[in-house]
Amino acid sequence: MKRGIVWAVIGVLANVAPVASQELLVSGASSLTNSFRALGAAFERRNPKSKAVFNFSASDVLLRQILEGAPVDVFASADQEAMDKAAQGQVIDRSTRRDFASNRLVLAVPWKSNRILTSMDDLRANEVVRIAIGHPATVPAGRYAKAALEQQGAWGALREKYVFTQNVRQSLDYLARGEVDAGFVYATDAAIMKDRVKIAFEVPGQQAILYPIAVTTVSKQPGAARGFIALVLSRDGQKILKRHGFSMLHPNAAPMP
Amino acid sequence: MNEAIVPMLLTLQVASTATLIVVILGVGWAYLFSRGQMWGKEVLDAVFTLPMVLPPTVLGYYLLVVFGRSGSLGRWLEETFGIQLIFTWKGAVVASAVVAFPLVFKAARVALESVDHHLESAARVLGSNECKVFFQVTLPLAWRGILAGTMLAFARAMGEFGATLMIAGSIPGKTQTVSIAIYEAVQAGQDDLANFLVLLTSMVCITVLVASGKLLQRSF
Repeated sequence: MKRGIVWAVIGVLANVAPVASQELLVSGASSLTNSFRALGAAFERRNPKSKAVFNFSASDVLLRQILEGAPVDVFASADQEAMDKAAQGQVIDRSTRRDFASNRLVLAVPWKSNRILTSMDDLRANEVVRIAIGHPATVPAGRYAKAALEQQGAWGALREKYVFTQNVRQSLDYLARGEVDAGFVYATDAAIMKDRVKIAFEVPGQQAILYPIAVTTVSKQPGAARGFIALVLSRDGQKILKRHGFSMLHPNAAPMP
Repeated sequence: MNEAIVPMLLTLQVASTATLIVVILGVGWAYLFSRGQMWGKEVLDAVFTLPMVLPPTVLGYYLLVVFGRSGSLGRWLEETFGIQLIFTWKGAVVASAVVAFPLVFKAARVALESVDHHLESAARVLGSNECKVFFQVTLPLAWRGILAGTMLAFARAMGEFGATLMIAGSIPGKTQTVSIAIYEAVQAGQDDLANFLVLLTSMVCITVLVASGKLLQRSF
C-alpha cells in the first residue's frame, strides 16, 4: 500500500516534468503578452517537438535578468534603448536583431470618467489627481511618455500626480479599476480592456515605437530561436500581431515555409 | 543621497505608525480572547492569522479591491472623512499593519493567557477595578511576550513589499518605501544605490533588534 502511494507520487511528478520536448524561453515586453501567446501557439503547431515558454515583464527587467545570465533564448523589447543596452552588454547576437512591429502610445482614462481630456495640457487640471505612468528607468512605455511630456514642457509640472508602475499592464490595471484619472498605455493595451478603459487621445509628437527582437548569446538552441523570430517576421506572424492591434512592419513578408 | 534617505525616513514613519496601530488592536483583541469563552473564537483566530500565511499579492489584491477608490470601504472613507488610502502613505500603513497584526496578536494572546489568573483575582479581591488589574497586574506580567511580538511586527512592517506596491504604488517621497526603492534600483541597474540601501536597511534592522534585546534583558 505504502509502496503504491510512493509510485503514484513519482508517477505524478514524472508527468509534470517536461516530456523531452525542447523548451524555448522567450522574454517579451509586457505589452506583447497576448500577441506572443498567440505566436507561441502558432510556433508549437509548426514545431511539434518544441514548446514556447514566455516570461513577460518590463523590458528593462527582462534585460537585467538576461544580463545576469538567465537562460533566455529570445529577447523582444518595447523600445530600442533596452535592446541597445543588451547589445552593449553583449548578450544578444546582433546579426539576428530585427524590428518586428510598431505601436502607438495613448493617454487613456477609465471608462466611467466623464472628464474630456484632449491634450497634454488638460492633465494640469486640478481634477486630474493621479496619472499612471511606467517607471521611466525600467518601462519603455514610461520612457516614451516622459519624452513626450518633456517635449510639451509638462513633465515637471505634473510631478505630483505620477503613480509610477512596474510595467505598462499595471498602468492598464489601475485605469481599468478607476484608481487613477489618466494613464499612459499603448493603443494595443487599451484595446484589450475596451469595456473598462477608453482612449482620450494619441500622445502627440512622439518618436516611432518600434519593437526589436533578437536571439541571445546564451541560447543553447539558436536554431529554434531563429525559427521563432522567422515566424514573428513572416506573413502569418505579422498577421497575428496585426490582429492584436500592432502595425505590421513587414506587410509583404513571405508566409512561413 | 536623498534617493536613499527619503525612502528610509518614509519606511520608518510607515513602520512605526503601523506598529503602533497593531499593538493597540492586537493587544486589545488578545485581551478579549484571553478572557474566557466567546463565540467563534477559534474561527476568528484563524481569520486574524490569515495575513501571515496568505501571499502578499493576495492581501494586496484584497486591499486594492476593498480600499480602492471604487471599493466599497474606500469610497465610504473618502466620502465620509475625506481619507484616501490608495497611492498615499496611509495606504502603505494599512498594508504593513495588516501583515504585521498576527505577529502581535499571536504573541500577546499567548502572553496574556499564560498570566496566572490567581494574581488577577487577588487584585480584584483587594478592590482593583478591571482597568487597574489590566495595567498593574496583567500587562506587567505579559509585557515581555508582547514586546517580542511588537519587535517582529516592526521588522515585518519595515520589510513589507507586495501588498504595499499594489495599494500604495511607487511614488518617490510619498509611498516609495525602502523595499520598493531597492527593487527598483536593482531592476534599473543602479547597483550603487541598491548596495547602499541594502546596507542601510541591514544596519537599521540590527540596531532595532539589539536595542529591543537590551530592553528585554534590563527589566528582568
